Amino acid sequence: MNAFWIILTGSLVATCCSLLGCYLILRRMAMVGDAISHAVLPGIVIAFLFTGSRESVPMLIGAGLLGVLTTFLIEFFHRYARVQADAAIGVTFTWLFAIGIILISVFAGQVDLDQDCVLYGEIAYVPLDLWITGGGLSLGPRTVWTLAVVTLLIILFIVLGYKELFLTTFDPAYAAAIGISTTVWYYSLMTAVSFTTVASFESVGAILVVALLVAPPATAYLLTDNFKQMLLLSVLAGILASAAGYYLAVWIDGSIAGAIATVTGMEFMLAFLFSPARGILIKRKQLQPVQH
Amino acid sequence: MNEFFEFFSFADANVRYVTLGSVLLAGSSAVVGCFTLLRKRALVGDAVAHAVLPGVCLAFILSGTKNPFILLLGAFITGWISLLTIDFITSRSRIKEDTAIGLVLSVFFGIGIILLTAIQHSGNAAQSGLDKFLFGKAASLVGEDLIAFSLVAVLLLVATLLFYKELTLLCFDQAYAKTIGYPVRALELLLTTLTVFAVVVGIQAVGVVLMAAMLITPAAAARFWTDRLSLMLVLAALIGAFSGVAGAFVSYTAPAMPTGPWIVLIVSMIATLSFAFAPGKGWVSRLLRQRRNKTLILEENLLKLLYQLGEQKQGTLAPHTFQEILERRAIPQKLARTGLRKLGNQGYIEKTPEGWLLTGQGQRRGERVVRLHRLWELYLTQYLHLASDHVHEDAETIEHIITPELEQKLMEELGFPVLDPHSARIP
Repeated sequence: MNAFWIILTGSLVATCCSLLGCYLILRRMAMVGDAISHAVLPGIVIAFLFTGSRESVPMLIGAGLLGVLTTFLIEFFHRYARVQADAAIGVTFTWLFAIGIILISVFAGQVDLDQDCVLYGEIAYVPLDLWITGGGLSLGPRTVWTLAVVTLLIILFIVLGYKELFLTTFDPAYAAAIGISTTVWYYSLMTAVSFTTVASFESVGAILVVALLVAPPATAYLLTDNFKQMLLLSVLAGILASAAGYYLAVWIDGSIAGAIATVTGMEFMLAFLFSPARGILIKRKQLQPVQH
Repeated sequence: MNEFFEFFSFADANVRYVTLGSVLLAGSSAVVGCFTLLRKRALVGDAVAHAVLPGVCLAFILSGTKNPFILLLGAFITGWISLLTIDFITSRSRIKEDTAIGLVLSVFFGIGIILLTAIQHSGNAAQSGLDKFLFGKAASLVGEDLIAFSLVAVLLLVATLLFYKELTLLCFDQAYAKTIGYPVRALELLLTTLTVFAVVVGIQAVGVVLMAAMLITPAAAARFWTDRLSLMLVLAALIGAFSGVAGAFVSYTAPAMPTGPWIVLIVSMIATLSFAFAPGKGWVSRLLRQRRNKTLILEENLLKLLYQLGEQKQGTLAPHTFQEILERRAIPQKLARTGLRKLGNQGYIEKTPEGWLLTGQGQRRGERVVRLHRLWELYLTQYLHLASDHVHEDAETIEHIITPELEQKLMEELGFPVLDPHSARIP
């Protein structure tokens, strides 16, 4: 049963991250996702200080705000202060992460958080924290419920805003011309990324979030040119990695989050080498010179 | 205050180690960071920092010891492989660089974590302390770390000095470097190697996540103060070194405080202040410049209007009412009023009971703007063969920019003309 809950948790995180990741890598913002996943730390700590517990809702709010703040700071540094884009990202997230660690040290007695947990989480503990109703009925792990809600919201967000997200990603000028606000959708997307990060950080940690944001979409990107297929393929790759990663971790007795990240890397490598259309080891007939 | 003197007397050996270590680390990685920043590859340092972990773990598994040099060798090898992987992925597929960096960063780190946890679960007693690579331990630097730090810092600085010219060319004009026969590929590898060195050593002090800041932030801050690379390197090193000392001092006065995050916090604050207030490139100084330009344009437009109104009435030195000015050109009332008042204070115009009157000085300045406007219109019609009804907008902009030298050239080029394309007199 534990294996089922862990794989389910992994799959839910993978679904959210892979879906959002497709948009991030197409907008060339993969590293913004990375930055957000680190920069939400002070938000989590502050929410923790206010509520004194690991309640999901305040943490989601705290970290969601920090995620938007991160995006805003990066934009501000880049657009108004003209810091070059990659440096703006690097400065912002390390700064916020440092503040988070300092907050943890200052309130060490009151905050039951540590850095390893933030970086690589502990998905193995998910089945231990059960949600038990007043009647004594066990409804399964609490994290799974939180993640399920977040996943539903993300799917809803993408289904309802499909056209807008699609257009602002592929052709922002056209989107703006037909009256879709690129800014609004940009910040909505980033808020969604922050929520996902927070909802998953406790169980899987920042690094797995980044791995799932980037690797499955990149794998799918090498396999197809159709955006809907890319979304589906990347979710599939993410879920597959969660299952395979779990058994890999059991086999070598290591961190499950680390193993899932490793498997996503292997999936990418396979696609990179053997993708039917673009694998570097596949002979591409269409590129052969024409013989006269 | 007492603590301040205690700290800066460096009587305590531990204080000496931590401070010196932080300064060496922060200073030398800032220098290398300048080059990666200028090559627009600031975030690769982040990838290397994460990719170091599997190397450390593998080195431990294979050798079974915690000999720092063996661990550093392992770290160096995987750090290096990670950069090559990023290059390989971006050059051989349609994956963009940011995706490749994120991919390599998280997957290498994932492999590192799984190895690290596997080692920890194996019950090998010798493994404790491996995780210092994750989060750093600047506050507990000891003598032998310091030797490693100094060696690497000196090595980095010497390499930068030796290859200064080559690296500069690599950053600014790779194509030219290639044409004049520099081994660009080898230089790239050199810079990669230097970056990996800086990261591998620095990571022990500040940890995986914050290492990126040691490379990027001082360089980004220094970039705002100067356009000269040599000065930028020195400034970045100084900013890094200062934050190193300050971070060590904070954790000395409050021992619960982690040194690494404080170094990063301080360097980030310096950077933010630089982004905002650096003269010339900073945000505030750009805002000021924009405002100055706006005022200049408004004032010149008002003087031009008064001059043109005078032209219409033949008698150039008659006063004109506020109403007349606004009729000729729709300027928001409030703006126009402030502009006129300012011009009055500067002595370009005078307020008379009948309206505003150009002084001699104002007459000359207004005349110049009108002249530039008409000269430019003539230039566009004669040399670019634009229709005469298409040239006004462009002249509106450029009349505020042309320098006296350029004006002279234009006059000569056009043969000291008398009439513009609309048959108005060029004053």
